[in-house]
Amino acid sequence: MLGYDISWAAFNIIEVMSASKFTFKRVGYLAASQCFHEGTDVIMLTTNQIRKDLSSPNQYDTGVALTGLSCFVTPDLARDLANDIMTLMSHTKPYIRKKAVLIMYKVFLKYPESLRPAFPRLKEKLEDPDPGVQSAAVNVICELARRNPKNYLSLAPLFFKLMTSSTNNWVLIKIIKLFGALTPLEPRLGKKLIEPLTNLIHSTSAMSLLYECVNTVIAVLISLSSGMPNHSASIQLCVQKLRILIEDSDQNLKYLGLLAMSKILKTHPKSVQSHKDLILQCLDDKDESIRLRALDLLYGMVSKKNLMEIVKKLMIHVDKAEGTTYRDELLTKIIDICSQANYQYITNFEWYISILVELTRLEGTRHGHLIAAQMLDVAIRVKAIRKFAVSQMAMLLDNAHLIASNTQRNGICEVLYAAAWICGEFSEHLQEPHQTLEAMLRPKVTTLPGHIQAVYVQNMVKLYASILQQKEQSEEKDAAQEITQLMIDRLPQFVQSADLEVQERASCILQLIKYIQKLQTKEVPVAEEVIALFAGELNPVAPKAQKKVPVPEGLDLDAWINEPPSDSDSEDEKPKTIFHDEEQRHSKHRQPEIDEEELARRREARKQEQANNPFYIKSSPSPQKRYQDTPGVEHIPVVQIDLSVPLKVPGIPMSDQYVKLEEERRHKQKLEKDKKKKKQKKEKKGKHRRHNSLHTESDEDIAPAQQVDIITEEMPENALPSDEDDKDPNDPYKALDIDLDNLVSGKPHRPLADSEKLPVQRHRNAETPKSPEKEEIPVIEKKSKKPKKKEKKHKEKEREKEKKKEKEKEKKGEDLDFWLSAAPSAASTAQSPNEPSLNTVMAVPEDYEEPKKEEREDEDDDEEKKSSKHKKKKHKKEKEEKSKDKKKSRKKKHPSEEEQVEAIQNGTLDDEPLPPMSSYCLLAENTFIKMTYDIQGNLQKDSQVTVSVIFENKSDSFLKSMELNVLDSLNTKMSRPEGASVHDGVPVPFQLPPGISNEAQFVFTVQSIIMAQKLKGTLSFIVKNDEGSTHEKLDFKLHFSCTSYLITTPCYSDAFAKLLESGELSMNSIKVDGISISFQHLLAKICFHHHFSVVERVDSCASMYSRSIQGHHVCLLVKKGENSVSVDGKCSDPTLLSNLLDEMRETLAKC
Amino acid sequence: MIQAILVFNNHGKPRLVRFYQRFPEEIQQQIVRETFHLVLKRDDNICNFLEGGSLIGGSDYKLIYRHYATLYFVFCVDSSESELGILDLIQVFVETLDKCFENVCELDLIFHMDKVHYILQEVVMGGMVLETNMNEIVAQIEAQNKLEKSEGGLSAAPARAVSAVKNINLPEIPRNINIGDINIKVPNLSQFV
Repeated sequence: MLGYDISWAAFNIIEVMSASKFTFKRVGYLAASQCFHEGTDVIMLTTNQIRKDLSSPNQYDTGVALTGLSCFVTPDLARDLANDIMTLMSHTKPYIRKKAVLIMYKVFLKYPESLRPAFPRLKEKLEDPDPGVQSAAVNVICELARRNPKNYLSLAPLFFKLMTSSTNNWVLIKIIKLFGALTPLEPRLGKKLIEPLTNLIHSTSAMSLLYECVNTVIAVLISLSSGMPNHSASIQLCVQKLRILIEDSDQNLKYLGLLAMSKILKTHPKSVQSHKDLILQCLDDKDESIRLRALDLLYGMVSKKNLMEIVKKLMIHVDKAEGTTYRDELLTKIIDICSQANYQYITNFEWYISILVELTRLEGTRHGHLIAAQMLDVAIRVKAIRKFAVSQMAMLLDNAHLIASNTQRNGICEVLYAAAWICGEFSEHLQEPHQTLEAMLRPKVTTLPGHIQAVYVQNMVKLYASILQQKEQSEEKDAAQEITQLMIDRLPQFVQSADLEVQERASCILQLIKYIQKLQTKEVPVAEEVIALFAGELNPVAPKAQKKVPVPEGLDLDAWINEPPSDSDSEDEKPKTIFHDEEQRHSKHRQPEIDEEELARRREARKQEQANNPFYIKSSPSPQKRYQDTPGVEHIPVVQIDLSVPLKVPGIPMSDQYVKLEEERRHKQKLEKDKKKKKQKKEKKGKHRRHNSLHTESDEDIAPAQQVDIITEEMPENALPSDEDDKDPNDPYKALDIDLDNLVSGKPHRPLADSEKLPVQRHRNAETPKSPEKEEIPVIEKKSKKPKKKEKKHKEKEREKEKKKEKEKEKKGEDLDFWLSAAPSAASTAQSPNEPSLNTVMAVPEDYEEPKKEEREDEDDDEEKKSSKHKKKKHKKEKEEKSKDKKKSRKKKHPSEEEQVEAIQNGTLDDEPLPPMSSYCLLAENTFIKMTYDIQGNLQKDSQVTVSVIFENKSDSFLKSMELNVLDSLNTKMSRPEGASVHDGVPVPFQLPPGISNEAQFVFTVQSIIMAQKLKGTLSFIVKNDEGSTHEKLDFKLHFSCTSYLITTPCYSDAFAKLLESGELSMNSIKVDGISISFQHLLAKICFHHHFSVVERVDSCASMYSRSIQGHHVCLLVKKGENSVSVDGKCSDPTLLSNLLDEMRETLAKC
Repeated sequence: MIQAILVFNNHGKPRLVRFYQRFPEEIQQQIVRETFHLVLKRDDNICNFLEGGSLIGGSDYKLIYRHYATLYFVFCVDSSESELGILDLIQVFVETLDKCFENVCELDLIFHMDKVHYILQEVVMGGMVLETNMNEIVAQIEAQNKLEKSEGGLSAAPARAVSAVKNINLPEIPRNINIGDINIKVPNLSQFV
């Protein structure tokens, strides 16, 4: 609480929670909601307490319990309490209803299986008379739909109705947000939405609503790819409204306006670009959030024309920026902006390289690696720029002390990695390779991070090789030996490096160079061979290329190559292998001097092998890409700039020069073009002249400074184009991706499987009330029935036209289709020329809605496609089969769970399947209603039992104001809400629409439990149908058997033996003849109907135990003869025992 | 979904901490501290939305806050909530507090922490907005207070609750709580009667 650990009080909190007074209960639940979580072990003790509070007659007890539960619900609690909460969703008090509705989302998250059974009722609540409940339901469905929108498309008509009728801004905002999530899936929905949304935009005064409307309209526009005539008008409206927001003095609106603007930008960059002035202005805002948003927008606004200008502005901001986070953000944005879409906006790469170099002067940035990656990428992929890039990198290496000196600038030294690599790889472009090599051999380098040093060492050799070649060609033998000596002198500092990679590379290379020195002294020319070490060009490889290499057929990557080692072995062997490795490494060090011939031979062999291997990314696909003969570079015209002065002085930004140069160049180009045009136009008549002055420079007119050849990144052959690797397998919302459509529509294509029903308290095997969902018919469907016929006719015509696209449709699909196409088809009657386009629009979603599985089947029985009638039948069959299959598979999924429950409940571990049993028996029945009931003892209170009554509406009328009243006896009393008299009935907390059943619980207080009891009672209710409403009554007798006071309690055999030995128990016995069922089933029956648990079972003899709510022990010995059963019982109360045995005799006689 | 609701004063002292997602206590403290530092830097006349509460959630989450006199009200929400809507919700919450406490001030939040929580529970439940109508909220709170009064308040503790409090192992509670430079002495609690 308040950030302090109070878990030590967890148990005490539970005690306070169970206090009977609201005052304490509230405190207890508050504490629990603050400190309980899934890891709290005592949480499982609360289940029954919460259940009791949920069914409390006091609405605030229930409310407090719901609020508390919403904060600490666990999967176990969700499973056990889902049914109780479901019941509360139709509570009489809106206060409870809205809380119950809201908490269902939490329950769904923890126990996804509850979504299907609960969904119809949740949907019902969307039309609740209370606005609070309605808003809660909208809230929950919006949260659900946000994660898995496609399952909720069918609710669109309902939401649409709500949107047009609701006046609550909260609900409106939620619904509009939901539509934003739905439109990408269903373009027709967007068309229907635009009009009411634009109306809202015009009419509303609430900024929040306006903003959400604009947001959703944007989403709609994005989803509509086809150009509609009124399209641009809505965009204009949005942009215009957003501009008002951005120009508002309220910073919040400004921020949101920019946020929404960036969404438009993705699809309609043109309409945003006209507001560039505004956005650049926002860059100067004092608020960081707004600046960041404006930056995001800039990304989409650049063009070839304005890139340099924008980046220049950003560079100024970089210098001014105070916080490092903002500066880092600027840096990444600059790089993002420039590199987007494969550098399509960059016309001058020299400018870009110099920008990158300038960025290296940033202090304390974390994004050194980003800059480095850009440098490498540009240098590798833009061949024309290599010469310039190398000269810049050489300068960077020369000034490495500036970059690496300050420990604070840690991140930026990453650029040295890129610099070293570029200088090494493209060393042939270096002006003064000797100087660069010396720069790389400085002792200071050893302070750099290991991976950078490693690259240094590797690239020194490349440099060395190229210098060597140069010197040998110019016959300067002394100079060549000198450079070798330099290497031998300086390399040992790397050999001593602590970094293994550096050490290994350095010592290898040192040995190699010593060998070269030997050869040099013998005056053998070595340059050719040394340079051959690095022959071939490295091609850029796409980052995901490795992943995309398809696994060849027949290769199982998970299969063991060798026999898997046993567990015990691996532990022993591990240390051995480590030493083994090390030995190998040492041996490698010892023999680096393999003679050149051998090296060449091996390389040749490897090349051969690589050439034959289709999965190897070839290093040199064509000979022209080799270093020695790169023809491309020489004849590319490179603008000659005298850079000698500014380049040598670090610290002076020189990218500006390029901007100027670029401008001049463009100006020249333009002038030339204009001249040409003028010449052409002069020949024409004067009318056209005016156009000339209006001539605007479009992107296409700007020719890039260099002929730039941007190499695309390589991908393996037949790479898979999928991008599935971004999905998170641990997404908790994935579990909620459940198809709900069948439930929503009238036809139950896939009725709730048994395993999907919510677990009902304790009587799992009961013939659960027929799930209400099946009979329910959604309201919208009724309304739309008539026009549907027309629609069908219309569709049939279409079908004749397009036989190919003919496919069977589900009812639900039609419903939605109808709703969605209603407006456009009405429009189409008015303007018939539009019809063809409409048809195509409608045809697309047809395919779309067809589930994928069916498509597969369609392909299978392609031949039957022509006879569509046949197909329909077949489809239905298949569907039925499928739903069965699904049921089976679902059942299979939870067998362990169910078994566990069974074991606890019955105390038996049965392997045979048991016949279905129900503990519910008939209470009373007439033409309107049927009541079945079950009685359960209460563990906590020794004198209370709970009677669960299932009310089933058998009539076509609506039943309401149900009240249950019982004539209390001296011994047994019904507990009524506070303040009610003994003669008042207890209201049933729900109403029953036709065909629906529901369960209510009533608590009774019992004094003596040794005798069975019967209570007379009446249920009064109001029947409401078309003719009016009538008051009806139904009398019943509630039978409290002694069995119902027993609670299944497990008992260990030693405790059981002690109990029998104590001699305090009185004995009685019965014998029943004519029993034919197996002993197994017999025991199961006793366990289930009489709440016993098996203590021990030997052949056809078993001992059983149970306990009454008041603590009486009951022990049984059940023996089975040929076709008779004898039961010997011992109990602490003789009367109770004889009554129990009598009841048992009745049960057994039925077998 | 609302992920967390934090109320702290101008010095970063938490006055109400409500997480709708489990975080260990140390992380909770860290979140409060970090949020405070983020919010404190901002002037009153710049926008009330903040991105990058790196500890809670991630990029989908935003901090939406309002500053009233000595208190900051910070809501951490994901993208399913409307930003301006949440700002209104904060306003509703504060106005409700004002109504229930009659001119609410920081001291009310300190001395009636439980009541503040009860009010919050009527506005937001389990991270989702429950009620936005202020009259409805106030009515429910008053009804519950009435119920509490009819039971005689906390002093009429039943035996079980008394024993529960008595059974709390007081020696286990740290005597001194040290937070940075502030030192709080836990007073010796007299036995609960």
